[in-house]
Amino acid sequence: MDSMALTNDIIKEKLIAKFGELLTDWEEPFGLLTFTAPKDENLKVMQFLYDDPELRFQFLTDLCGVHYPGGKTGDLAVVYHLHNLKDNVRLRFKVFTTTANPEVYTATSLYSSANWMERETFDFFGINFVGHPNMKRILNVEEMDYFPLRKEFPLEDQSRTDKDDEMFGRGRLLNS
Amino acid sequence: MQKHSIKLEEGSIEKQTTTLNLGPTHPATHGVMQNVLQLDGERILSTEQTIGYIHRAFEKIAERRPLYQITTLTDRLNYCSSPINNMGWHLTCEKLLGVKTPKRVDYLRVIIMELARVTDHLICNGVVGVDSGAFSGFLYLMQYRELVYEIYEEVCGSRLTTNIGRIGGFERNFTNTAFEKLEKFLAEYPDVLTEFEKLFNRNRIFMERAMGVGGISAERALNYGFTGPNLRAAGVDYDVRVHAPYSSYEDFEFTVPVGSTGDNYDRFLVRNEEMRQSIEIIRQAYQKVQDFKGAEADVFHADAPEYYLPEKADVYTKMEALIYHFKIVMGETDIPVGEVYNSVEGANGELGFYLISDGGRSPYRLHFRRPCFIYYQAYEELIKGGMLSDAVITMSSLNLIAGEMDA
Repeated sequence: MDSMALTNDIIKEKLIAKFGELLTDWEEPFGLLTFTAPKDENLKVMQFLYDDPELRFQFLTDLCGVHYPGGKTGDLAVVYHLHNLKDNVRLRFKVFTTTANPEVYTATSLYSSANWMERETFDFFGINFVGHPNMKRILNVEEMDYFPLRKEFPLEDQSRTDKDDEMFGRGRLLNS
Repeated sequence: MQKHSIKLEEGSIEKQTTTLNLGPTHPATHGVMQNVLQLDGERILSTEQTIGYIHRAFEKIAERRPLYQITTLTDRLNYCSSPINNMGWHLTCEKLLGVKTPKRVDYLRVIIMELARVTDHLICNGVVGVDSGAFSGFLYLMQYRELVYEIYEEVCGSRLTTNIGRIGGFERNFTNTAFEKLEKFLAEYPDVLTEFEKLFNRNRIFMERAMGVGGISAERALNYGFTGPNLRAAGVDYDVRVHAPYSSYEDFEFTVPVGSTGDNYDRFLVRNEEMRQSIEIIRQAYQKVQDFKGAEADVFHADAPEYYLPEKADVYTKMEALIYHFKIVMGETDIPVGEVYNSVEGANGELGFYLISDGGRSPYRLHFRRPCFIYYQAYEELIKGGMLSDAVITMSSLNLIAGEMDA
């Protein structure tokens, strides 16, 4: 590693210089720079990370959804994992949207790989990626009318009384 | 000479395209996936890919299982190299739980993971051969997959869906039989591989079938999220084992082969060379394992009683072991709160685990980054304008595993 190596601090500084207080919840769990962006800014943040000659986050490693029922800024999250392969640095950022209006801009114009990953996220969480060329289900049948990875869908029949959910499983969460 | 000309009425001949359903259970697709192809003669105009036929909702199931029960789900992702998935999952858990594994465990894991890489690559390259009309190479290699499966069997008791190892190490030490079989494999496989390469690498028919077919540039491959041998065949030397070493890969000397054109031929060559490199890594790892002396030579798991299932004999005789056994089996041990992304170099690309824990007994959310789900998107771009028979080779040389794609 040379002395000019791209560190989390440099990335954070550059992002704050560009976006100021729009980006929040800065963390570094297990050394991976993590932050939250407003959902309408997701493309601008990604474009900046992609184009900036020092940052060069040009590889989309992963994109997935997470459901946080009752979340403060929104109950659905889209999580992006980006990788700068030249300096070998990763980062993660999230945008939050709501089940009432689950819309996020698509990343397909920047990353072709986002296409199916966004379809998968739509399939399981019902997040609609605005501008996506082919926004339809991918792993589940098209006739399905719910989004199975949302927390309100229990894995097992919750009417069963022969199982004590206090001890087994996430009964507390599913029933709330 | 008299000049002949056929006079046809305007509009009496139309150019017609054919719709062809390739799959979901066509033998050439090597997995349950469907392609609805639009053909002009034998030339492919477009394809619509349908996947998800063996989707089993692993990510949802994982939200109700304690960590150790999720290992069996990972078996069924890329089932040609289950041990890599298992190890990737153990490493992810260990990262979150803060479990440090002893060096000997790391080296034993490296041996198992590299064996899995060899078996995965030999299936893939063997099948590329089969699809181009040469069956015998596949059979030569397949004999040695059998031998590797015997090693798995010796180590963990099963062959295909291995469920090998535990959080913290292995369930038992490697037996002498396992090492003997490993030595046999190390001694014999390189020659078999050489023979296989002799059959294919400079074979005119194979070269004509594979070269310049299904190629992709480095830029497009990166944009499509290619990883693993497919990306390296396009000329990008990204390898998780080198870029983010895990399980002490930094202790080994090996070369990362790269291609240039990203076509079927380069993918084939890269996989062959990776098998050789894997053999080298296994040799080094086996040497390191033999170098342990005294008590160290018997270490096969970390000291992590909260997560590592105790010896059965101890469970019956010691109170503490009994308590831990109960807590682990019943899933009573809460996972620490945290968020972790961990990846390993799977046989067909970067296999990532994104684990979110809210402190309960099972993950709050678990997402698998499945390499072939991501790069299969590029398939249409790879086969467009080519011949139908080439599309079949391209599909097998991408090393698509339906189990991994559909999760």
